[in-house]
Amino acid sequence: MADSLLKRYTYDVMANDFMAAGKSSSAIKSNLKSLGIDSDILRRIAIISYEAELNIVIHSFGGKLHCDIYENKIVIISEDAGPGIEDVDLAMKEGYSTASDSVRELGFGAGMGLPNIKKYSDHLEINSSSTGTKIVATINL
Amino acid sequence: MNCLEFAEKLQLTPLCEKDGNIEIEGVYIGDLLSIVMAKAKKNYAWITIQTHINIVAVAELLELACIIVVENMEVDNDTLLKARELKIPIFKTSESAYQVACRMAELGVK
Ligand SMILES: Nc1ncnc2c1ncn2[C@@H]1O[C@H](COP(=O)(O)OP(=O)(O)O)[C@@H](O)[C@H]1O
Ligand SMILES: [Mg+2]
Repeated sequence: MADSLLKRYTYDVMANDFMAAGKSSSAIKSNLKSLGIDSDILRRIAIISYEAELNIVIHSFGGKLHCDIYENKIVIISEDAGPGIEDVDLAMKEGYSTASDSVRELGFGAGMGLPNIKKYSDHLEINSSSTGTKIVATINL
Repeated sequence: MNCLEFAEKLQLTPLCEKDGNIEIEGVYIGDLLSIVMAKAKKNYAWITIQTHINIVAVAELLELACIIVVENMEVDNDTLLKARELKIPIFKTSESAYQVACRMAELGVK
């Protein structure tokens, strides 16, 4: 069936762990690559998962990144343990960032993460409260 | 032209040369990782002043040809260890991003 989950990959993402940041996205990419997913789609998924992963590292208390594979779509899901996004509409604006100066110096905090996730996904849902943020980005195959 | 031939012509200092034989297919200059993620493409050389370990994650995800660190920025040891592990070539130079880009253009990389 087109809408039944074929496979789920799940990765733990730790808050503030810049050493490991990007690892989960890399693992997702190599898994999808070995499934023979088209390189354009891989690129979009890499951007989405990287931005979602880095947002967990930089802005949250830690969480998980999932990659769900369906017959006709790939869904990247990030869920974390808070503190939540105060104003999602504002956070979606290009250039909006609450990242600290020290993190910005490393090249993060361009405020382009969520806008890029939106740009490169076919469908995006964000739910956020003080207990956590969940992002569901769908890429059609 | 591949990264190593390039590095030699431009007199870049190699910090990690693993897999340096990849042909460079384009160049992107940038220091904000989200923008580099969205703009740089497979087999591009990435010119930056960022030296933090996450540049290697970006290069790995995008399958970049190499990273060229300009303005003589000191590259973190963690970054080099990671680059060697993931086979991401990193070169360094005291020149500016603009100078490197001009020389790359002269050598025919568009
Ligand atoms: N998982 C998250 N938890 C809490 N806040 C977040 C999360 N993701 C994003 N944000 C908030 O949304 C803002 C915009 O995110 P983004 O567009 O990725 O830009 P950046 O990460 O560069 O700041 C962040 O600065 C932060 O305030
Ligand atoms: Mg972000």
